[in-house]
Amino acid sequence: MIRFRADLPFERDQATRFVPWIVALMVFLGALALAATTAVGGAIDRWDNNLSGRITVQVPADKAGPKTLTRLAETLTETPGIAQAEILSDEATRALVEPWLGVLDSDLELPLPAVIDVETEAGAVFDVNLLTDKLTKIAPGVIVDDHRVWLQQLIRVARTVEWVAFAILGLIGLTAIAAVIFATRSGLAVHAAIINLLHVMGARDAYIARQFQMQAMMLGIRGGIIGSAAAIIVLILLATMSAGIDVALLPSAPLSLAQWPLLIIVPIAAVVIAMATARVTVLRALAGMP
Amino acid sequence: MLRFENVGMRYGIGPEILRDINFALEPGSIHFLTGPSGAGKTTLLKLMYLALRPTRGLVHLLDHDISLTPRSELPHLRRQIGVVFQEFRLIDHLSAVENVALPLRVANIKQSTIDEHVRELLVWVGLGDHLDAKPPTLSGGQQQRVAIARAIINSPRLLLADEPTGNVDDRIALRLMYLFEELNKNGTTIVIATHNEALLQKFGHPVLRLNDGELDIVAGRAERLEAAS
Repeated sequence: MIRFRADLPFERDQATRFVPWIVALMVFLGALALAATTAVGGAIDRWDNNLSGRITVQVPADKAGPKTLTRLAETLTETPGIAQAEILSDEATRALVEPWLGVLDSDLELPLPAVIDVETEAGAVFDVNLLTDKLTKIAPGVIVDDHRVWLQQLIRVARTVEWVAFAILGLIGLTAIAAVIFATRSGLAVHAAIINLLHVMGARDAYIARQFQMQAMMLGIRGGIIGSAAAIIVLILLATMSAGIDVALLPSAPLSLAQWPLLIIVPIAAVVIAMATARVTVLRALAGMP
Repeated sequence: MLRFENVGMRYGIGPEILRDINFALEPGSIHFLTGPSGAGKTTLLKLMYLALRPTRGLVHLLDHDISLTPRSELPHLRRQIGVVFQEFRLIDHLSAVENVALPLRVANIKQSTIDEHVRELLVWVGLGDHLDAKPPTLSGGQQQRVAIARAIINSPRLLLADEPTGNVDDRIALRLMYLFEELNKNGTTIVIATHNEALLQKFGHPVLRLNDGELDIVAGRAERLEAAS
């Protein structure tokens, strides 16, 4: 057990016993929130990179003759702002629906639409309706999907998840601060006689505050270790579980190898918050002494 | 060294515990403080060791007007005052060495200096065999010596003792008084609060006599002899 030499007998304080557990909860949820925001942020970037700058044109199966597709591709290529248009092969189209429909037999008479994957030039802006009208004249029933609408909705949802995670973390942080304030005030009351003695000996407020600060640090470290250990176990479990799921839209592993060290920020922040809270609480209380 | 001018003290909106207190302690002097229980001795001592500020009047300590001294400067003044409390106020979870070292630790003295001085002083007060003992394991007399060692470890310019002889037999009380006189000879100004009339008579130092919140000063034997001659 980590200990420090204190003038005040903190080990007898009943009120400080629950502080490590609240800090542990804060660190645990904080680490999960950090992992969640990192994973969601990574997924948003990945969606953005994969889908921005691309348009998908779907041609109904009954209109998707080779000549029509070639004309559509030529028309698209000639449109200002479009870098290239590639007609996906049947195999590639089947691969796109594979996650939902499974492996399709090539002899199966399932009328899949033909897909033209369009790559746009950087910064190009399209009027989707205008482009759709233009292509409909070649192949009625064509659908032009620039992904932007649903991507933005998805990103909005993901950002909301991030904010909710931060809000929960903030609330737990406030609870931890309240717990440290309560424990510190209780400590000030319990150790009033020794504090008065130190005061009479010429101890500055900062000297007394340092004792509580160190105590808060010890409690914070204990809570930080417990919370971090629990978070690491849960994140490893999530990483193991997510490794078996192959769904493109979901975030992959909660944290990449490079991001794991980021988790150390959470217990350090918890310890710093506990120390600062204890210090401010003591200094404010002692300011009332002569 | 220490001067009170028209000092009055009350707690909250209660009656005045001390009224119009006027006295001055010269550097290197030694005084008894006496009076019946409830006369205000403890309050007067608290004003002297700056645990309280007067509700009226002026307290001058070591050339500082305490009413005008910023709070941040008071710790420096307090470090020049040693206090022996009647109930000792030792910290139970600290050893004798650690208790005596506290005033030095508070003043940020180097640990090596602390170790050397504290052990030396504890040996001097006869507790060389109890350096690491915790107060609850020490006898009353031993605890008192730890308390005295703690009060004098930082060579205070003013030493205040609240009923130091209250809990000891006459032989130990006399030894304590000789110890205080020894410290006084080294230039420490001393005030000893006591009910022990025999000690007042035997040692004949000037007496600050409190009665119902008011102070009379009785000259010491030496001053009386000087005045008579």
